[in-house]
Amino acid sequence: MAIEKDISRREFIKSSTALTTGLVVSFYLPRADAKIVDRFEPGNAQDKFEANAFVIVKGDDTVVVLSKHLEMGQGVYTGLATIVTEELDCDWSKVTVEAAPADASRYNNLAFGPAQGTGGSTSIANSWHQLREAGATARAMLMMAAAKEWSAPLADIVTSNGQVFHHKSGRSLSYGQLVEAAKKTTAPKSVKLKSNQDFKHVGQNVIRKDGAEKVNGKAMYGMDLNLKDKVYALVLRAPLFGATLKTFDDVEAKKIKGVREIFRIPQGVVVIADHFWPAKMARDKILAKWDDEEALHKSTADIREEYKELLGKSGEIAATHGALAKSKEDAVQTVEATYEFPFLAHAPMETLNCVVQLEKEKCTLWTGDQFQTGDQMTVAKLTGLSPQKVIINTLMAGGSFGRRANSKSDYIAEAVEIAKATKTNSGRPIHVIWTREDDIRGGFYRPFFMHEVSAGLTAENKIAYWDHRLVGQSIMAGTAFDKGGIDHTSVEGLSNLAYDTESLQVELQSPKLQVPILWWRSVGHTHTAFSAETMIDELAHLAKIDPAQFRLIHLTKHPRRQEVLKQATLMANWGRKLPAGVGLGVAVHESFKSFVSQVVQVKVSGKTFKVEKVWCAIDCGIAVNPDNIKSQVEGAIGFALSAALNGEITLKDGHVEQSNFHDYRPIRIHDMPQVEVHIMASEADPTGVGEPGVPCLAPALANAIFAATGKRLRKLPLTLT
Amino acid sequence: MNTSAQTSTTVQVTFELNEKSVTVDVDPSTPLLWVIRDHLNLTGTKFGCGMAQCGVCTVHIDGVATRTCVTPIGSVAGRKVQTIEGIHDKVAQTVQKVWVEENVVQCGYCQSGQIMSAVALLRSNQKPTDSDIDKAMGGNLCRCATYARIRHAIHVAAERILKA
Repeated sequence: MAIEKDISRREFIKSSTALTTGLVVSFYLPRADAKIVDRFEPGNAQDKFEANAFVIVKGDDTVVVLSKHLEMGQGVYTGLATIVTEELDCDWSKVTVEAAPADASRYNNLAFGPAQGTGGSTSIANSWHQLREAGATARAMLMMAAAKEWSAPLADIVTSNGQVFHHKSGRSLSYGQLVEAAKKTTAPKSVKLKSNQDFKHVGQNVIRKDGAEKVNGKAMYGMDLNLKDKVYALVLRAPLFGATLKTFDDVEAKKIKGVREIFRIPQGVVVIADHFWPAKMARDKILAKWDDEEALHKSTADIREEYKELLGKSGEIAATHGALAKSKEDAVQTVEATYEFPFLAHAPMETLNCVVQLEKEKCTLWTGDQFQTGDQMTVAKLTGLSPQKVIINTLMAGGSFGRRANSKSDYIAEAVEIAKATKTNSGRPIHVIWTREDDIRGGFYRPFFMHEVSAGLTAENKIAYWDHRLVGQSIMAGTAFDKGGIDHTSVEGLSNLAYDTESLQVELQSPKLQVPILWWRSVGHTHTAFSAETMIDELAHLAKIDPAQFRLIHLTKHPRRQEVLKQATLMANWGRKLPAGVGLGVAVHESFKSFVSQVVQVKVSGKTFKVEKVWCAIDCGIAVNPDNIKSQVEGAIGFALSAALNGEITLKDGHVEQSNFHDYRPIRIHDMPQVEVHIMASEADPTGVGEPGVPCLAPALANAIFAATGKRLRKLPLTLT
Repeated sequence: MNTSAQTSTTVQVTFELNEKSVTVDVDPSTPLLWVIRDHLNLTGTKFGCGMAQCGVCTVHIDGVATRTCVTPIGSVAGRKVQTIEGIHDKVAQTVQKVWVEENVVQCGYCQSGQIMSAVALLRSNQKPTDSDIDKAMGGNLCRCATYARIRHAIHVAAERILKA
């Protein structure tokens, strides 16, 4: 077993390397597995044709698409179903989507290597060829089956909307009628995929596959699972990062009716009860003493001072070109700026939760799992079971924004610790639920970052140099994704700065701090795009050139950025006369292989301001579901606006000062601006959508505030003082 | 655990849930939310904050949109509670239909609450203005920020209900 686990671990690390270096593993089409079907329709395994691991055609003409990706709001179920439908040529109204089981041998993310997981805005991009092939193969097998039934040449068989036709004889059969015959066929070695111009589903606006069940309360999130004998668990966790439990007094807690068991695990004190509420009441009554000698006692102000000092020192070189010293001499005008970005919590609406059932031979989990393979490894290690004996049932997630994909598997590992430690609830399904306070104070934040930038212009108003220092915790350090050296996610968007400059230097320092951190929707771009896109704006003003024009002049090697920038400014009628107090700001950025430009219109009144409208152009390759892309961009703008206006997790003597939505405040409906999204026409393969809408908003807003007030805001969240 | 040491008390509360009378025996401080979810197994009403800040737990109590995470069960005795599973009138059906057609949802976790608030608004205000919407929907957070579509869908639903 140890060897097996070691190998798995190595495989996992290999896959992680693939992720961070962008190595693309060639796609393949795994075979079906009868076990999958039984999972959601026991006793009726006969009446269906499992073409492959992703496509099942049933006798009633319905088609099930198995999604290897977590549906957490990004619309991936609809996107994957669209891709399959396009090539399978089936009836869209009869397509449903189910979560695939956790099995990296068939359901790995091709952008991650041999690991199943959802993230990095890769779901559609990595599935594009794979699911087209899956759909086309299934179609080919149905056609072969029909040809055999009719003793007709395959060349004369055609399909349309879930039917197979032989026009010469006037015969036809539905896909469902061919299920039995199709089972006897063998998958062809290769299939011909459609030409882009023949697409009937890709590029159309469709209703989301998960729309209906999300408006009538029927959608099944991890939180909603109702299992026989299920019990509920809450955990009292350390008030400081790095503190450990010394002792606890549960005398009062035990008096609560419905409490079943109170015990300790490494993460804190666990209360198991018949229901959530008694568990919560009991947890509130536990008096715990913590050993905080090794814990973090710092305040945000201390971290700020330390990082400021570090900015004065040289870091590791993340990128360098040109002769910096000489370019600095060439500069006739210079600008310097310091930026600050706070810790940010993801705060998905569905708080973290996980149902775990640990039995002798297996461990079963039900949760909105975002990183199945990593979680299987972690649970295998904790339980001594092989990863194959860790069964993960992926349910819908009420948002994630990165929080549910954690290479430390934090909340899942904790649930398994509970299942291991319980004495009187062994073998039962245990539902571990986090409260909002647990979530906001639980760490795994977007790291606190500071940047210092010095840049200069030549006499010709070209960028002479760009000297950029960053200080902030490394997200990848110490995880399976750590490959040593520069953490690319700390400098992405800067180390590959698109603007032409004689010299560029990007230096990174990644201090260690006990605050747990994690990727947060668009990861490093959440801060790198801000400093890059506000600094370019400062340079434009220094050069007395229109900021959009100045960008275009310096983007000579980046036509796709130029195009989205031109489009967004066209939509916003950039350059028009504006009333007093109103400003327009622009930003353009590439992330997750997609290109986005946004123009923000802000209205400033005194010390307050309101974002009135945002125009956005996105180039994400072929638009599989255009309306969903628009929806994602609208949402990303709102998500980014929450951070720009209010988002901030602060520490006071080590304690997280925020606790719930009254002091960690996502935007509300009245804050939401009008949003207009344009998707650039493209023949390129699809690229990221879920995250790329985030990075431009805050810098475009800061630039708009400058346009309206002449004030440069360089600290997030943005406040006028 | 020795349950005889459990000295906290429970009470029997009877109320109407989606047009059926139900009786539960729970601690009187138990929020209606957890009674609906854990005891009566209707999970369309969600938990999000526990302090009436996010609105994902919104139901109608005697027709009024109410945050159940801070509504003690004791205060619900004899009252009429409607959850997302129990709204079937024309307003509700139209709102749900328009919500689907306009692709409002993303993760969807807040949408039961959004719909309960929107339905309550449209039952009392046939033609809400943007500022009416801000007021009625301001207590419902959506972390996916589907707000623009929520606003649009309310206007579309209002128009459709008026025409019908």
